[in-house]
Amino acid sequence: MMTLEMRTVLRETLAEEMTRNEKILLFNADLGKANDTHVLEDAFPGRAINLGIAEQNILSISAGAASYGMIPIVNTFAAFASRRACDQIAISVAYANQNVKIIGTDPGISAELNGGTHMGIEDIGVLRSIPNITLMEACDAEELRQMIRYMNSVHGPFYLRMPRRAILEVHEPNYKFRFGKADLLRQGKDVTIIASGITVTDAVQAASELANSGIDAELINMHTLKPIDAEGIVQSAMKTGAIVTVENHNVLGGLRSAVAEAVTEKFPVRIYPLGIRDRKGQVGRVAYLKEAYGFDANSICETAIKAVREKRSVANAR
Amino acid sequence: MDGKRIEYLKTQAKEVRKNIITAVCAGVTGHVGGSLSIADAVTLLYFHVMHVNPENPHMKNRDRLILSKGHCGPALYGALALKGYFPKEELLTMNQPGTHLPSHCDMLLTPGVDMTAGSLGQGLSCAVGIALAAKLTGGTETVYAIIGDGESQEGQIWEASMAAVQRKLDNLIVFLDYNHMQVDGMLEDIVDLLDPVKKWGAFGFRVYESDGHDMKAMHAAIEKAKTERDGRPALIVLHTVKGKGVAFLEKMGPSNHNALISPEQAKAAIAEIDKDVI
Repeated sequence: MMTLEMRTVLRETLAEEMTRNEKILLFNADLGKANDTHVLEDAFPGRAINLGIAEQNILSISAGAASYGMIPIVNTFAAFASRRACDQIAISVAYANQNVKIIGTDPGISAELNGGTHMGIEDIGVLRSIPNITLMEACDAEELRQMIRYMNSVHGPFYLRMPRRAILEVHEPNYKFRFGKADLLRQGKDVTIIASGITVTDAVQAASELANSGIDAELINMHTLKPIDAEGIVQSAMKTGAIVTVENHNVLGGLRSAVAEAVTEKFPVRIYPLGIRDRKGQVGRVAYLKEAYGFDANSICETAIKAVREKRSVANAR
Repeated sequence: MDGKRIEYLKTQAKEVRKNIITAVCAGVTGHVGGSLSIADAVTLLYFHVMHVNPENPHMKNRDRLILSKGHCGPALYGALALKGYFPKEELLTMNQPGTHLPSHCDMLLTPGVDMTAGSLGQGLSCAVGIALAAKLTGGTETVYAIIGDGESQEGQIWEASMAAVQRKLDNLIVFLDYNHMQVDGMLEDIVDLLDPVKKWGAFGFRVYESDGHDMKAMHAAIEKAKTERDGRPALIVLHTVKGKGVAFLEKMGPSNHNALISPEQAKAAIAEIDKDVI
């Protein structure tokens, strides 16, 4: 079922949070209209403000405000929230351990018609290598709500990536977000599919189609990208012996890399990475781009089938 | 400020300078030139101007000092040690393994340091964030920031200045340490700042100027910056000498930015500081 636009959920949840806790501030970077958070500037005058097109400045301002006891939330496109302000996140925020929350919208291909310049396909890779920052990615509206509430309730730097547009619901209304724990959406024994963000709905569809083809896929929604649930990944790898990762990000440095780091320490299995294979961004709608980059439901099915076939042929050869 | 007070501050500034030399010598190397350049301003702030309490470094409504030119930690540590935030002997640990005095300021390690800085340009934005939060919550403190002239080549300085003006942060007073030198040479040969008075004025700040080694003049500028508050933040251009107070360092010019100081040089420098009337 198609749910509300994610940016509407963002705005509503931020409004609730800012009403609940007066220490929470919202800093927009002239994309309040795009992110639907500009109305909060009227609702919370002085606390929700547009600080202009100056992401580096905004991140350091946030660190200063946080040092004063506030909880600043920075909201802009993922590409600019991460890539543009990476040193400020590293030093003013993470190194200084300031309680700053960053919400990057329209990561990767969800930037759609804004095209390659606006596609943060490297935000997770860039930020994952910075010590002392937590990274999360929301796959649907309910998860987004709970992530926002969670990150505001815990001290420390957070980065949350989310699309602006509506996406299919993955979770039931009684879903309980468990920070840092792999979200097991489907149990299986043949292959593990690990997806995050907007790729989760495709992975759900793929798992269902795979079941019809006699392949029993385990499906994990990896909402917490750092710290990643290495134990959960290894447990699944030990059961299935093969992993397909699906990410709306460069396959270098993001989910695939994090999963590889986890399994190679304890239980190496083959990983079949789907995502943007070190290619540049481009203009297009999400459905077209998923297919063009090869991480639509069909690609996931084909790759999972290949993973199972190759796993079995290796086993037979032994 | 009477003559007695000025003499007291001059004496304290000498102690801060000696602390800088001691720390940099112990730290094997350190940013001594720029630290000596701001030693008088930092002394004036901690020993006469700022409302702070070394017994309670996190005191609510304390004035803040953000050393945006974070490599000049030795100047800040020299003043903080003298003020009693930590024992003076700890200056000897600067840059040593496990120290809480890294040469670039770290708010998580050093009592009295209000903001981590080192990657240039960021500290001024942090100061803007503090001033913004103070305004929002009715805080009465003044937020001071010290930026470098070389640091002003960072675009973020100007982003911060625009935000400070837009948000009407007249609780923010910025000092520009204008010694005309940066790591690799003179500003005028690299990327010049030209006329900072005009520049900052054009950006919407109230701008004042002072000899950065004259306590009375600096104090007068700070007083004006505080009493003439009209919604605009203030910037005080401090005309300074990099390496001020130690002849061999002054003579080095830009090479004093990050100099080795041998124990013999330190001893001679401290004797010179003790002797000199600044």
